[in-house]
Amino acid sequence: MSRAAKVVVPAVAWLALAGAPVFLAPYATTTLARMLVFGLLAASLALLVGVTGLPSLGHAAYFGAGAYAAGWFAQHVSAAAPYPLLVAAVTGGVVAAATGWVAVRARGVFFLVLTLAIGEIVRQVAETWEPVTGGSNGLYGIPATTLAGEPVVHPALLYWFVFAVFAVGFAVLWLVVRSPYGTALHGIHDNEPRMRALGYPTGLYKYGVFVIAGTVAGLAGGLLATQQRLVTPADLGFTTAALALLAVIIGGARSLWGACVGAGLVILVRDSLGPTLDGHGPLVLGVLFVLVVYLMPRGVAGIRPRRAS
Amino acid sequence: MAWLDANLVSVLNGVAIGCLLFILAIGLSLVFGMMDVLNLAHGAVFLVGAYAGWVVGGTDPSWGTFLLALAVALGIGLLVGGGMSLLTEPLRDRSHLDQALLTLGIALIVAELLSMAFGNDVQAADAPPGLDGTVSLFGNAYPTYRLALIGVGAVFAVGLWLLMSRTMIGSVIRATVADRDMVSAIGIAQHRVKLAVFGAGSALAAAAGVLGVPIYGARPGLDSTVLILALVVVVIGGLGSVRGALVGALVIGQIESLGRAVLADAASFLLFGALALVLVLRPRGLFAGAVR
Repeated sequence: MSRAAKVVVPAVAWLALAGAPVFLAPYATTTLARMLVFGLLAASLALLVGVTGLPSLGHAAYFGAGAYAAGWFAQHVSAAAPYPLLVAAVTGGVVAAATGWVAVRARGVFFLVLTLAIGEIVRQVAETWEPVTGGSNGLYGIPATTLAGEPVVHPALLYWFVFAVFAVGFAVLWLVVRSPYGTALHGIHDNEPRMRALGYPTGLYKYGVFVIAGTVAGLAGGLLATQQRLVTPADLGFTTAALALLAVIIGGARSLWGACVGAGLVILVRDSLGPTLDGHGPLVLGVLFVLVVYLMPRGVAGIRPRRAS
Repeated sequence: MAWLDANLVSVLNGVAIGCLLFILAIGLSLVFGMMDVLNLAHGAVFLVGAYAGWVVGGTDPSWGTFLLALAVALGIGLLVGGGMSLLTEPLRDRSHLDQALLTLGIALIVAELLSMAFGNDVQAADAPPGLDGTVSLFGNAYPTYRLALIGVGAVFAVGLWLLMSRTMIGSVIRATVADRDMVSAIGIAQHRVKLAVFGAGSALAAAAGVLGVPIYGARPGLDSTVLILALVVVVIGGLGSVRGALVGALVIGQIESLGRAVLADAASFLLFGALALVLVLRPRGLFAGAVR
């Protein structure tokens, strides 16, 4: 991409996203808002998978933890923005900090297994801790977020609210990737032993990025609770984690933007095919996984460590 | 002693679950330890076995149909495992994530096809005649089938230990875990070993499914539950270690049974706690040797 295109394309994309409700019907606006929520989750996962090379199979745990926290807070304490979202982000970060210190110690396949186990265990907690999470029914009847005392319910207003928070979350991720810290994370992805030899505390760096990604995933979860006003155990289940991973891989793994575009495609396919498949979406997901693995012969988008040539 | 008396049933249940988990997890452990393939479809194979057992054996199996169900499940498992081995062959030199995604995709497809075919209800079945009652143990009534399962697990563990330590096949398996390239260099074809181990491991998983029907039944979602348990077992025990899988299975069996009985709400945390503790103290599992 030429230098001009690198400026123009993102600018047009941001403008199009900001102006979307003016041109779109309410239903399409709501779908686009869902894409943004899921896109933020996928972008936070891309920071782990593509940038740092930590392929997490349990990232939905932090997304779901944030969603439950925001929903619970809105129901019992206050629905005034931005407090439920802040609670969601903090919860996502805290849960990531509590579980991540074990996960980042693990290497290779152990990381996959551990994150899978963490995701499953958090889902079990959500299903069994009924007084707080509503058990398998989930949290429903979450009050609408209020902004300056007024509830945000109109689809266009809600969209702009989601869009603004998405922009903040995305900016955090973008700044991390662009910072010297982000450059070090790229280095860990490519050759961790060398980075360690250069004196970088790679374990600490990986733990840090795990917590950052968990925090942003928690924020995305808070948006989910704001947007659909319903949180169920499925939101932090394995299917959600797998969908997010699929979005990241479709988007080319290393790119935050790519992950968002991938997330948009995944939501589009899920929402348009979902009703015709009579709840058998996982079947499509499974077929997609198999196809992606075979049709990307160089390994799934840069996840294989590239040896310095 | 009073504590043991009160919790004897839970402890025994834990041992029975542990035996089932051992039969399930050993395939997962060997496939990974020997061939470096993480098979996330292992739980789905278990569920295929469970449904096969339920279909062949019916809700009230005789010994004939129960054994037939076991044979059918072993056959299906062998075929599925062989197929999985061939499917993962092109991914041999790729990352664990690629293999995980492929086997995950297969697991999702299989689980969804099963739920289309058998619906979302729990399909339960009795144990074969003679094992479907209870026996009295120190004044507690205990299901005979679970005692029999403990016996099956013990016999299987001894048999497997003899196979691994006393036979040519066992030494090839151990050598492959230790150094795959060297085994290949002395003229043993890797893809054949892989086919055999994948097939046998999946056959055992399917057989565990049949054995598990009188306890767990067959239902959607069981595949991911047992997959997580089996993964925790092999991570705790050390990938590729038979002894590790046995110890890991017995520990997880107790957490699942005694843990849930004594600390009902904390059982999920216990599972994670055990995993975390082992990985902090022994990052490659309790029984992982100096190998890789």
